[in-house]
Amino acid sequence: MTDISRIRNFSIVAHIDHGKSTLADRLIQSTGTVADREMKEQILDSMDIERERGITIKAQTVRIDYKAKDGETYVLNLIDTPGHVDFAYEVSRSMRAVEGSLLVVDASQGVEAQTLANVYQAIDAGHEIVPVLNKIDLPAAEPERVKEQIEDVIGIDASEAVPISAKTGLGIPEVLEAIVARLPAPKGDAKAPLKAMLVDSWYDAYLGVVVLVRIFDGVLKKGDRIRMMQTGATYPVDRVGHFRPAMLPVDALYPGELGFLTASIKQVRDTRVGDTITTEKKGCETPLPGFKPAQPVVFCGLFPVDSAQFEDLRDAIEKLQLNDASFSAEMETSAALGFGFRCGFLGLLHLEVIRDRLEREYDIDLITTAPSVIYHIYRTDGTMLELHNPADMPEQVKIDHIEEPRIKATILVPDEFLGDVLKLCQDRRGVQLDLTYAGSRAMVVYDLPLNEVVFDFYDRLKSVTKGYASFDYQVTGYQEDDLVKMQILVNDEPVDALSTMVHRARADARGRAMCEKLKELIPQHLFKIPIQAAIGGRIIARETISALRKDVTAKCYGGDITRKRKLLDKQKAGKKKMRQFGRVEIPQEAFINALKMDD
Amino acid sequence: MREDWQSGGFGVYIHWPFCASKCPYCDFNSHVSARVDHARWRAALAAEIRATAATLPRRQVTSVFFGGGTPSLMEPETVGEVIRTIAEVWDLAPGTEISLEANPTSVEAGKFRAFRDAGVNRISLGVQALNDPDLKALGRLHTAAEAIGAFETARAVFERVSFDLIYARQNQSRAAWEAELREAIAIAVDHLSLYQLTIEPGTRFGDLFARSRLRGLPDDGLSADMYELTQEICASSGLSAYEVSNHAWPGAECRHNLVYWRYGDYAGIGPGAHGRLTRSGERAATVAYRDPAEWLAAVERTGSGIESTDTLDAEIQSEEMLMMGLRLTEGISLARHAALAGAPLAIGPIEALEGLGMVRHAGDRLTVTEKGRPVLNGVTKSLLFQ
Repeated sequence: MTDISRIRNFSIVAHIDHGKSTLADRLIQSTGTVADREMKEQILDSMDIERERGITIKAQTVRIDYKAKDGETYVLNLIDTPGHVDFAYEVSRSMRAVEGSLLVVDASQGVEAQTLANVYQAIDAGHEIVPVLNKIDLPAAEPERVKEQIEDVIGIDASEAVPISAKTGLGIPEVLEAIVARLPAPKGDAKAPLKAMLVDSWYDAYLGVVVLVRIFDGVLKKGDRIRMMQTGATYPVDRVGHFRPAMLPVDALYPGELGFLTASIKQVRDTRVGDTITTEKKGCETPLPGFKPAQPVVFCGLFPVDSAQFEDLRDAIEKLQLNDASFSAEMETSAALGFGFRCGFLGLLHLEVIRDRLEREYDIDLITTAPSVIYHIYRTDGTMLELHNPADMPEQVKIDHIEEPRIKATILVPDEFLGDVLKLCQDRRGVQLDLTYAGSRAMVVYDLPLNEVVFDFYDRLKSVTKGYASFDYQVTGYQEDDLVKMQILVNDEPVDALSTMVHRARADARGRAMCEKLKELIPQHLFKIPIQAAIGGRIIARETISALRKDVTAKCYGGDITRKRKLLDKQKAGKKKMRQFGRVEIPQEAFINALKMDD
Repeated sequence: MREDWQSGGFGVYIHWPFCASKCPYCDFNSHVSARVDHARWRAALAAEIRATAATLPRRQVTSVFFGGGTPSLMEPETVGEVIRTIAEVWDLAPGTEISLEANPTSVEAGKFRAFRDAGVNRISLGVQALNDPDLKALGRLHTAAEAIGAFETARAVFERVSFDLIYARQNQSRAAWEAELREAIAIAVDHLSLYQLTIEPGTRFGDLFARSRLRGLPDDGLSADMYELTQEICASSGLSAYEVSNHAWPGAECRHNLVYWRYGDYAGIGPGAHGRLTRSGERAATVAYRDPAEWLAAVERTGSGIESTDTLDAEIQSEEMLMMGLRLTEGISLARHAALAGAPLAIGPIEALEGLGMVRHAGDRLTVTEKGRPVLNGVTKSLLFQ
């Protein structure tokens, strides 16, 4: 076993593209953890165990042996966490599993919003933080300005920031020395009962569920019977080991160490990120603090374009759930779209990842309905309904009031776009909490309703700032507001999949915008089609798609038949991409595009 | 047993692929060639007719049509040889309609008598417009005066003369088209083809359109108005529409084109020509080599210019029959469609379209109304896509 005083556990905090993966590669390479001939770019992202980790929610770990200048050999455990805000809870658990962080900042770009959210997580976890300025070799690098920004915005000492170029390898030895010298060693008692944290888990086709653990106290050995303190489930341990970064079995894991265990666990759903693992007998008394069950916050309907693919969709969802416990799915029936699933996600990126995987890996064409959040509907009889789908809204007379989730959003933006960003937030019912400057960049903090953000807020933000803004958020809680369900009627019939919850004050504008959008999205028919937005029985907006007037082939003789018939067959195939609703055909993309606002 | 094609008859189409110049709207198989070896072409066309007849004996010919390209550039001797060969291999009754498309130039008008002597009895003139600036914009080589002169010559030579106009042209107003159409009707005998300008990919207009360089085209509203106006004016002059773009006195309809619309059989002779031929109870689509030199070489080398022959299944035949038949004012027989398709057409869409006033369903006939005809593609899709 390694002397605990010579273990250093750390994570790397960085904005996307600021060089986190390249730095990880250099640390692994320069310490000889992976032989040069096996080294490939972004080794942690290309591991067989989870090829798609870059976009999933799984943490990555590597154990590095490093011979320091003091002559001693240290064990460095690096946890690479997903940076995205959707997985904030998973990130917070990873942060609790280590004692320090490298804060990597691009020396020309400076601090971004995503960096901020993650660095605050590191500060909350009590980390020692070593700032690292990357891309120092670039002509545009301004290390002094960025140091100042780190001190101003984040409030940590950056005077001893390590200048590096992960690309060329410049400064890598200094980073390794800083990890040993400046980050604290973990603490733990090998003789105490086992206390380990379940940091993450994933499904492996050969081994079943693999659990990433951090040992706090005690020793975890192969053959031990362990107990998950939240679920109460017990398992015999099949294997324990280290990540180098491939899985290497060892006899035992000791306090301060990070490693894996396998124990014939069938589904990732049986493991809870943040749970405490102890031994079945003579286990520890109190679990580690801070456990939270995974909570989907964004919901949408997923329906197969071809209704015959419903069973395929069910199978595909079950397979994805093997590896992702945070993604929920319940069967749903829609008058417009048939059978499908109401799915819950940790956030928008999570939604997109799952939807893309269903379409790409399982080859199922999907209709996605507008994302929605969970509303708390307080009925007049005092009970509360968690509303996941606007279509299930109770009658207005039975509702006392409605609460909706709100977020604290942090946006960093160059000065010149600040006005547009403030307008966007204001339009989305935001309340400004803070506005500060760091050099030529502004940091605005807004309290916003989550439902105004889940759909196209990020797209709009990127568009009004030409991509220069960075954005992050956390859910803060529920708040009452004047919310109503808006229905859309196409050819006088309500289309359930187009129902949305809106703020009463914005309903007229939103209704008009949706009707105008649908007018563009639904093709002309042989008859005119009214499109209306309604609240309760009251029509608040109306558009009409005029009837088709001219669609006939002028010349069609003997030589034209084959071509015209083939064109017809092509259009017949195209019709599959439409949903028949009453006498009206609605293109499948209309269900989501109708919501996109050009503010 | 009566075969389905007999409801439409049997036409022979001859394709002459050469033109003096290429028009910017035309996507037909036409080629500008300085030198054409007329003797070789004459022999090849005759050989192709014989080869087709070898697999299709004992047919009564409903009509013969010389199209193109510009068949008025053919030598009258070639036209005569083709007609003689048809009469030799099939049954060509006296008085059978034999049409030839002609450009209304003075040079071609000079050949009309010789075409008549070769056996042609109906001429279709590509007049296209009745004013010189528009003729120029359409890439035509004749003037309006020359076209009217050619028309007079044709009337003196042939009993049956039709001409084509293209409307909904660039920058054409509703009033300008009305005046032009009235002028045309005053000249016309008993048949007119009135086509709305269609921008086809692969043409000069198509290329300009793709680059947003083709200006002044009417929007759907104006072209719908022009179509309606055309129907009204023609009907009140006795030239009712018998098809989407074709107008005639009762009985003066083009027999040959009726073969296509009534979904009969037809032999396609010449480069790029399509055929529908029922042999041993199976109906096939034939396509000839499109390139003139390739077609000629194939006929000379192998005795046939046909590049592909595809058997059409019942579903395709029923689709084609419906798609073509609904273009005609007389519509289709639902029993004939059901016999081809193996099942009757669904009644739901028919009733929905009837409710909209787009079709009429009376006994066995299904017809598209005047209201439905301008949106025939939409009507056809509603009937076919369930």
